[in-house]
Amino acid sequence: MSASEGYAKTRDSGETLFARIGKFREVGLFVFIILVMLFTQWKNSNFFTFENIDDLLANASILGILALGMMLVIIARGIDLSIGATLALSGMLAALTIAEHPTLSPWIAVLLGTAIGVVCGAFVGVTVSVFGVLPIIASLGMMYVFRALTYLVSGRRWVSAYQMSDAFKDMATGRWFGIRHYIFIALAFYVAFYYFTNHTRTGRRIYAVGSSPESAAISGIRTRWITWLVYVVMGAISGFCGVLWVAKFASAQGDTASGYEMNVIAACVLGGVNINGGSGKVGGVLLGTLLLGTLNNALPMINMSVFWQNAIQGAIILFAIIVNTLVKRNVDRSNLIRRPI
Amino acid sequence: MPEARTISADKPFSWKAFFLQWEWMLLVLFILVQVANSQLSSYYFNFDKPGDSAMKLIDATMTFLDKAFIALPMAFVIIMGEIDISVGSTVALSAVLMGVSNKAGLPMPAAMCLCLAVGTGCGLLNGVILTRFKELAPMIVTLSTMIIYRGIALIILEDQSVGKFPLWFEFLGWEYVGPSPFMLLAFLVCALIYGVVLHKTTFGRQLYAIGSNRTASYFSGVPVDRIRIAVYTLIGLMSGVTALFLTSRMGSTRPNVAQGYELDVIAMVVLGGVSTSGGKGRMIGVAISVFTVGYLRYGLGLRNVSAQVLMIIVGLLLIFAVMVPNLRQMAAEWMANRKRAV
Repeated sequence: MSASEGYAKTRDSGETLFARIGKFREVGLFVFIILVMLFTQWKNSNFFTFENIDDLLANASILGILALGMMLVIIARGIDLSIGATLALSGMLAALTIAEHPTLSPWIAVLLGTAIGVVCGAFVGVTVSVFGVLPIIASLGMMYVFRALTYLVSGRRWVSAYQMSDAFKDMATGRWFGIRHYIFIALAFYVAFYYFTNHTRTGRRIYAVGSSPESAAISGIRTRWITWLVYVVMGAISGFCGVLWVAKFASAQGDTASGYEMNVIAACVLGGVNINGGSGKVGGVLLGTLLLGTLNNALPMINMSVFWQNAIQGAIILFAIIVNTLVKRNVDRSNLIRRPI
Repeated sequence: MPEARTISADKPFSWKAFFLQWEWMLLVLFILVQVANSQLSSYYFNFDKPGDSAMKLIDATMTFLDKAFIALPMAFVIIMGEIDISVGSTVALSAVLMGVSNKAGLPMPAAMCLCLAVGTGCGLLNGVILTRFKELAPMIVTLSTMIIYRGIALIILEDQSVGKFPLWFEFLGWEYVGPSPFMLLAFLVCALIYGVVLHKTTFGRQLYAIGSNRTASYFSGVPVDRIRIAVYTLIGLMSGVTALFLTSRMGSTRPNVAQGYELDVIAMVVLGGVSTSGGKGRMIGVAISVFTVGYLRYGLGLRNVSAQVLMIIVGLLLIFAVMVPNLRQMAAEWMANRKRAV
């Protein structure tokens, strides 16, 4: 975002700089990511290598898939804090199954994990949509329950790498055309979600419910069903990612992904998903994920101490949401000015 | 929402409505917890020596009261219809700074003041950001400051811990004033003050007003911004207090202390009958729920019930607490529909 150039141009067209950026919010985020990447490359020439980019994307893929589900939930005016626990529970059960039956195809484990996620999501969804419990409380309570179940089913033991079959671990390390499986999986999810949110009725109804539940209900949308659905989708995705997670780290523990929900929410918010519901784009979420993924990859590469990473990530999130508000304010203001009276 | 909760002056008093209040349910729950605990474990309450056992129960409060200090201002925040999830990190940051400054030679009283000041500062920062950028949801802002505050604590102390506090500092967490632990006394005094502020002052009424409708309150002359900043500062200060007690009890501190406190505290407050949509709730409910959850954990811990089962119970209890009023409303609607059909 080069300020001086932009300012000169905006003057001519009679729009403020912020208004112009506002129209291309994603472009701003994209430029920021590129800047971070260039800076890292300047400090450490190993950044733009095939190996590293492959690493970066593979590491960001789980976050990115989860962020898609969270985007739907947030668009429908909800929030789901239970996904870290759902992920751990399904990952643990899948890992236990694999440890018991080493000959089982890993895809059965994936199916099992997804099914467990669906059940978990359905529980959260019912408490929110049928019983009208606020999403933050419902998912918080369920988070305790799922997390505790993870400890209970595992008997507080870990499932470690040697207990998992090679075929299972190969899901994470394997490559198609030299590129990791996870990147293809994430890509497939993004394409599917792009189509789902933009070109299907159910997808558009989620936006409708999020922008105004009352008008959505009056126009014949079954709001309760839609609300339930987004939590089930979220649950299915967390269950799916739980298996991917366990295969990637080759270990399943009770505290797997504890607190990860905050990273996922952060990716959504960075990607411009409105926390009050009603708006959010797949492209934005992709960029938000890429930014967090790039930071995770870049900070160690420029010899930044691991202890600094939290603070830097937090500061960037805060910075991004504040800039976002400033931009939006100016867009709104210039919209008001342009409207003929 | 149930009739019992509406606050109106000219409502006729009815015993039924009075006893249907959530606080009574909580009290029943509290007694149930006590009965269940004493049945489950003979160590919990020994009827042969009631005096000693009662003392032991009072002592037990020290195991769970540290985070309860945050629950009081958290009730304010939630009554305003907002949320603060940065409190756990604030506790960690203020505790770490206190430890580090004490180690660097700052006398302990000054370090304790620093701890409170840091907590207050963190809260103030949240408040200022939230009032400068009103569009931002409290959840998001406090989410990012949550990451930042703990991040700063990590930068300062990395993976070390600091301790070696003077002996008198332990007075805070372990000593007694008369028969009561100092911590319990401090909590009761704080709860009383917060209760009076919430229920008997203009400030308290304005909190309810903001929680019911922020815009309407603003236009009726409630200084919304000032109140929000004050409340967030207050919760920062109380996080500092929690940091003092926690550090005093543990004897040392690390950057990863108080992880997950925010959720525990929110659970306590919501269980206490404070509605997360704002504008409803009472301090007495919060106080009872602090002790209910605390004794539940303590008793089941004695019984050697694993922490995991405990988490399930607390989680379900939390959802149940919020569901009850909704269920009642749903039942009422269903009855009304049936009547109409007939």
